Amino acid sequence: MKLDGKVPPGSLGEKWTKYRSTMPLVAPNNKRRIDIIMVGTGLAGASAAATLGELGYNVKCFTFHDSPRRAHSIAAQGGINAAKNYQNDGDSVYRLFYDTIKGGDYRSRESNVHRLAEASRNIIDQAVAQGVPLAREYGGLLANRSFGGVQVSRTFYARGQTGQQLLLGAYQALSRQISLGNVEMYNRHEMLDLVLVEEKDSNGKPVKKARGIIARNLLTGELERHAAHCVVLGTGGYANLFYLSTNAMNCNVSAAWRTVRRGALMANPCFTQIHPTCIPVSGDYQSKLTLMSESLRNDGRVWVPKKEEDAKAIREGKKTALDIPEEDRDYYLERRYPAFGNLVPRDVASRAAKTACDQGLGVAPTGLAVYLDFEAAFERYGKSKAHATGLHNPSMETIIDLGRKVVEEKYGNLFEMYEKITGENPYIMPMKIYPAVHYTMGGIWVDYNLETNIPGLFVTGEANFSDHGANRLGASALMQGLADGYFVLPYTIGDFLSREIRTPKIDPKQPAFEQAENDVRDRINKLLNIKGDHSVESFHRRLGKIMWEYCGMSRNEQGLLTARQLLRELKDEFYRNVFVPGTNEEYNPELEKALRVADFMELGEVMILDALNREESCGGHFREEYQTEDGEALRRDDEFAYVAAWEYNGWDEEPKLHKEHLVFENVELKTRSYK
Amino acid sequence: MKLTLKIWRQGGKYKGEFVSYVLDKVSEHMSFLEMLDVLNEELVEKKETPVSFEHDCREGICGSCDMVINGQPHGPMRGTTTCQLHMRHYNDGDTIVIEPFRAKAFPVIRDLVVDRSSFDRIIQAGGFISVDTGQAQDANNTPIEKTTASEAFDAATCIGCGACVAACPNASAMLFTSAKVAHLSMMPQGKVEAKRRVQAMVKQMDEEGFGMCSNVTACEAECPKEISVENIAKMNREYISAVFGSETSV
Ligand SMILES: Cc1cc2nc3c(=O)[nH]c(=O)nc-3n(C[C@H](O)[C@H](O)[C@H](O)COP(=O)(O)OP(=O)(O)OC[C@H]3O[C@@H](n4cnc5c(N)ncnc54)[C@H](O)[C@@H]3O)c2cc1C
Ligand code: SF4
Ligand code: FES
Repeated sequence: MKLDGKVPPGSLGEKWTKYRSTMPLVAPNNKRRIDIIMVGTGLAGASAAATLGELGYNVKCFTFHDSPRRAHSIAAQGGINAAKNYQNDGDSVYRLFYDTIKGGDYRSRESNVHRLAEASRNIIDQAVAQGVPLAREYGGLLANRSFGGVQVSRTFYARGQTGQQLLLGAYQALSRQISLGNVEMYNRHEMLDLVLVEEKDSNGKPVKKARGIIARNLLTGELERHAAHCVVLGTGGYANLFYLSTNAMNCNVSAAWRTVRRGALMANPCFTQIHPTCIPVSGDYQSKLTLMSESLRNDGRVWVPKKEEDAKAIREGKKTALDIPEEDRDYYLERRYPAFGNLVPRDVASRAAKTACDQGLGVAPTGLAVYLDFEAAFERYGKSKAHATGLHNPSMETIIDLGRKVVEEKYGNLFEMYEKITGENPYIMPMKIYPAVHYTMGGIWVDYNLETNIPGLFVTGEANFSDHGANRLGASALMQGLADGYFVLPYTIGDFLSREIRTPKIDPKQPAFEQAENDVRDRINKLLNIKGDHSVESFHRRLGKIMWEYCGMSRNEQGLLTARQLLRELKDEFYRNVFVPGTNEEYNPELEKALRVADFMELGEVMILDALNREESCGGHFREEYQTEDGEALRRDDEFAYVAAWEYNGWDEEPKLHKEHLVFENVELKTRSYK
Repeated sequence: MKLTLKIWRQGGKYKGEFVSYVLDKVSEHMSFLEMLDVLNEELVEKKETPVSFEHDCREGICGSCDMVINGQPHGPMRGTTTCQLHMRHYNDGDTIVIEPFRAKAFPVIRDLVVDRSSFDRIIQAGGFISVDTGQAQDANNTPIEKTTASEAFDAATCIGCGACVAACPNASAMLFTSAKVAHLSMMPQGKVEAKRRVQAMVKQMDEEGFGMCSNVTACEAECPKEISVENIAKMNREYISAVFGSETSV
């Protein structure tokens, strides 16, 4: 199979405009006759469904949640990037493009990333027009902050709830289309399979197109067939494969994975992002990890004690952070990366935390935590506030107090969340943080149109692999989800649909639908009939442990081979000994979970193979065999400047690798340095 | 610690009744939902049906979790969702009664899970600004005074959980509805269709079978996002001005 990214010709800056202006359109009267299935109502899905509805298509939109507003995007905290250059600090579309390519360690497609940077500006305009209450300055204009891996201030935000506010904006736009009858909403419906229908192309050659889905009504268990001219997924990432992650509990890969089982390709699955600032694990019962937004690294300083005996005393509860004098603290990010300091990209910051803890300098009883300290910020802001309010010679106490108030205004909800979870007051005691799985750069392979190798199947948002290479920069996922949904897919989908205007309504009674429905029913019955002894949850937890241990923050060949072996054993045991209570014909969350964990195990194996295949270190993928003398990632562009796209046909066949070689015409491949 | 849980079970073999469970070895560091996870895992290993409850983000933002704990929606802590409640607020030997949100407009689906789609329909009735993708002007062409933006933000933080309804003796949805009305009408972009919006949303709210507001303000006390009842006053003013066609507040 030859993978064609379908990148249009022309110079980088003009490609998208030119392509958009010359691509075939679907006339309004034809749009009304075309049905589109949108799966997912996160930022990517809700924005796409709303926009497609506005354009006049008939949209059927699906979510397993009880309401579109509950999609995982709601939890995004820190912000969204846009090349507005409102701060006049030298930002531009090109700079955002460049930062994203470099941040992704040169493993993404130039053309897609540049388009993303262009669209970023429209997103902010759109959000404000929808009434999204983004943060503002006293002059009434929009405020910005900085995120990791960049030297400009281009992140727009709504306190620590940016995802919530942007998603509600998209949800409201979607609600409007629902009320107008342009979008039909199916809540509590889970897509469990993709339906391909074989047709003849214009040359009379047989071709299989995506023409519908099988969805399970989660209240009744009924399997429903839904047909359309094309299918779009915006179903999110697969970080929950690791069991413990910052993702919402119900995030899963099944929709995407089921398309792989029908022939789509899983690209770069080993590119997973470990976020440096999360609340550390505290016990075995733990169900998920909580992110402390990257925006905190604007003002927080990361450190560990210099002396092992201090770290040990802290772990044993004999000392606290406050007992360690300034000269005995190692602000290791500032020391190792003076140019970017605490704002190095996530992969770099996470590995540095691991290194510190591996050296015995961790500060939690588990040994796995470092400090994120706001004392300096309290002082800095306090002084400036005192000055602004005309306070002369204020005491240090007053200064710190004033500073705390400023910090509270900026990050109040995050500090509160931290205190609720840990029971410790972060205004007094520095936060303890540790890296956790957060985001997945890998995903379904798509071309420039966001179309997969299956004609008529499109994938948007975190579910595709497209824009972030081997590492995503902070505040860029919201940007990508909304760019895809509002400004890219609604155009590029026209390329496929303009050739479908003569296709009549798709009939869900045809054999392909029946076959797919039967396949789903068999899968469900198989799981219900195992009637073993252990809960789905227990298998998921074990899967997560294997993957975190061997395919987490750092990987090596031997470990990956072990992981593959352990995973296969786990899978055998799962199919022998899992217990799924209840029946299909009822509201049954355990059955939902079982189907998802079964798919996670299959993906897990491909992830391991991808990590084995990629004999280099880049971005979130760190292979211990490939590092420089001072422990930095060693990329191998000559051999690995490609997208690894995997074909998968089940446990009995070896997955097949397809490559899309990445061509860099505008940026020079350099060693990524933040020093 | 050791706890006794009295949980409302409904659906399957349960007709709608409280069932008692004793749970040992609850750690104070667990969240309330993690405590229920432990119970459910025990039930599954015993081949019993686990307790259904809704949850997703587990960090107080998605609005999924929705139970009444000892008579209080989202439990005893102010400004806290059930998923953010930790067991360190309970003592060894406590009995905890857990039941679903109860309201005519929130029918029970199973155990602690209720149907809150009525909230979606209230938003669909008018909880939006009518702007299509691509119609927007440059964002900074609409300056908004910082405190106004911040007040609008406070109203916009509603997570759509429904605790306000569950807390209200009349099962009124005024706090939820007014939060959206207030958020949008405070912003200059949202003023244009403010009159139509408030009327449509209030009409839908009534049709869904939510009760009338009689100023009990239990909603504000139980709201995990501490949405202010001032929004209700704002909405009432807007509504009256919209219905009587006069711009001045009545
Ligand atoms: C805690 C946290 C904080 C974050 N903060 C930021 C930030 O500050 N800035 C930033 O840019 N990014 C942030 N991110 C990343 C960002 O939130 C996500 O990458 C992004 O929201 C994903 O959006 P999405 O629309 O692709 O998918 P999601 O929001 O995950 O939506 C997926 C949708 O698909 C539906 N779905 C999935 N499978 C099925 C199925 N089988 N059938 C039916 N429906 C299905 C779900 O119901 C849901 O509606 C954060 C992530 C986390 C975890
Ligand atoms: S107003 Fe408060 S209690 Fe009511 S739905 Fe919104 S967040 Fe929940
Ligand atoms: S689970 Fe999301 S708010 Fe409680």
